[in-house]
Amino acid sequence: MTLIKKLAVATAFMGAMAAPAFAQYSGPPIKLGVLSDMSGLYADLAGPGSVVAAKLAIEDFGAAAKGMKVDVIGGDHQNKADVGASIARQWYDQDGVDVILDVPNSAVALAVNDITKEKNKVFLNSGAATSDLTGPKCTPNTIHWAYDTWMLANGTGKAMVKQGGDSWFFLTADYAFGYALERDTMEVVKKEGGKVLGGVRVPLNNQDFSSFLLQAQASKAKVIGLANAGGDTTNSIKGAAEFGITQAGQKLAGLLVDINDVHGLGLQVAQGLTFTDAWYWDTNDDTRKFAARFAAQNGGKYPGKIHAGVYSSVIHYLKAVEAVKSKADGAAIVKKMKEMPTDDSVMGKGEVRQDGRKTHPVYLVEVKKPSESKKPWDYYKVLTTIPASEAFRPLKEGNCPLVN
Amino acid sequence: MFELLGISSQALFGQLLIGLINGAFYAMLSLGLAVIFGMLNIINFCHGALYMIGAFVAWMLLNYLGIGYWWALILSPIATGLVGVLIERFMLSRLRDLDHLYGLLLTFGLALIFEGIFRQKFGSSGLPYRIPPELTGGTNLGFMFLPNYRAWVIAFSLVVCLGTWYAIEHTRLGSYLRAATENPALVQAFGINVSRMITLTYGFGVALAAIAGVLAAPIYQVNPLMGSNIIIVVFAVVVIGGMGSILGSIVTGFTLGIAEGLTKVFYPEASSTVIFVIMAIVLLIRPTGLFGRGT
Repeated sequence: MTLIKKLAVATAFMGAMAAPAFAQYSGPPIKLGVLSDMSGLYADLAGPGSVVAAKLAIEDFGAAAKGMKVDVIGGDHQNKADVGASIARQWYDQDGVDVILDVPNSAVALAVNDITKEKNKVFLNSGAATSDLTGPKCTPNTIHWAYDTWMLANGTGKAMVKQGGDSWFFLTADYAFGYALERDTMEVVKKEGGKVLGGVRVPLNNQDFSSFLLQAQASKAKVIGLANAGGDTTNSIKGAAEFGITQAGQKLAGLLVDINDVHGLGLQVAQGLTFTDAWYWDTNDDTRKFAARFAAQNGGKYPGKIHAGVYSSVIHYLKAVEAVKSKADGAAIVKKMKEMPTDDSVMGKGEVRQDGRKTHPVYLVEVKKPSESKKPWDYYKVLTTIPASEAFRPLKEGNCPLVN
Repeated sequence: MFELLGISSQALFGQLLIGLINGAFYAMLSLGLAVIFGMLNIINFCHGALYMIGAFVAWMLLNYLGIGYWWALILSPIATGLVGVLIERFMLSRLRDLDHLYGLLLTFGLALIFEGIFRQKFGSSGLPYRIPPELTGGTNLGFMFLPNYRAWVIAFSLVVCLGTWYAIEHTRLGSYLRAATENPALVQAFGINVSRMITLTYGFGVALAAIAGVLAAPIYQVNPLMGSNIIIVVFAVVVIGGMGSILGSIVTGFTLGIAEGLTKVFYPEASSTVIFVIMAIVLLIRPTGLFGRGT
């Protein structure tokens, strides 16, 4: 063998060794930004827990072993759209962030949605609820992961009307999210043959709901729909119990209740509450394992749907970057994410639709009685599993410009 | 039953009563602030955080030591008041001769630290605290269902407020306090330990916040953010009533609670701003507040 031949063989051999690396992403480090409410009323539902979820996802994806460097940073938008927007701009323009995750609070999410499109980056929203993100406001750069107002309204609204709750009064959080949730629920109630008697718009982060609850009581509606979230929901539920509203026969429909809210209320007050949730930690061995790891890093607090959504979206994003082999073009990555079916241990199998909606089965749950709860955070009885095809708004009905 | 602007009298009475309940909290908290400002000339920005600590101490007494509501109503103000005494002794007393602004900055910083610590430890969703069994249930007043616990809150806070007012305005100890505010050197010359009196006054103001915290615990979530939610409103109450005016803060507290309650009926969207609108108007017309003495 001549020297030339030897060299050629050696080169070929080295090329073969390096081949797997070429098949993978080998570009600059990827930076994920968890933009959340780190200190306010949504901090337990999303917040620092979402950073934990993102880190677990990177670990489980095996980024380090694959030679991918992935960093996570967190930011606090304080539930203010202007603060959130300026953090998003700074992250994209100066700090080299490629993806913004989480973003509870629909007002902030809508702002980030526009900026992400403008900068051609990626926005994987798990925290905000407004279904407009996959409706009129859908973009080629945004995916809405865990849940949305239509899904919540559809699950809970249908179930309540079927149980005879055919007249409604709404307590609505006075901003984008509350309006969307109220609108989507009203549609379901009317479609199912119920009617809406009235409602009040309550400023965000209200301490005392008794005044509004008395108005709801005076309306004589069978169901009081709580189109709010976090501390507002828990305060409404406590107030209703205290003022004898639930005992007098009116039913509460918590339209967005998170497992952390149930934990904060305690089973004594929350028992019997029926609502729709997009994820439950005690579903199978994988989710239980995830919950245990998560809780260990999150001060003992268990994950909710938003945390699961962040985890699942990060895994899918990294798979897409690996497939596209570049992180530069945000829209191209989102396109890839829509082509590939989603599959991870926490949220199971699912898909990302054309309008950016990630679909998966969701659960209609009832909160257990204190006597039925056998272990920490054992809070839900799953009444029905709503299949992915029925859980989310039909593709054609959202008025998303990407759907033709 | 008559109707007023489309609202039935039933609903109206209910709302007035609820306004009174919220007013009770405003009054208790603004009273503590007024006492502290009147005696120490310190704008106590950590008042909300101390109110929150009062509620958390009650929660901890119950969950760690099994001590119930009634004992908490006594023990939590004492414990929190001691925290106040330490704050005064070791920090605020060093600022006594400086501009008000330093006290404000220090207490604001303390508030952020306290809230941060509790949020780190307990999260932001809040923790449940049950209404004591003696006060569960309620009475049907015809126009509304009045939970017994809320009735208790009104009664108890009225007693505390009026008791404090009486102690400061009509007792010998109160007269020492008022004299020490006017001319500390002279009062010291009469053999009264002014420095200790100031420390105890601060501790007492803090204890008032803690009482409000314990009263609030069963109604709201025991939540690290509960203080910052309410403190801004309470400051507005103090400003409207007149900084340092004891009676002013009590009357204004209850009145603004009612004003807020009525706004919740007629235009709910404005309920979180109405107090500030009133504050702006009062400041324009009477810059020293409704009950404040001109300086």
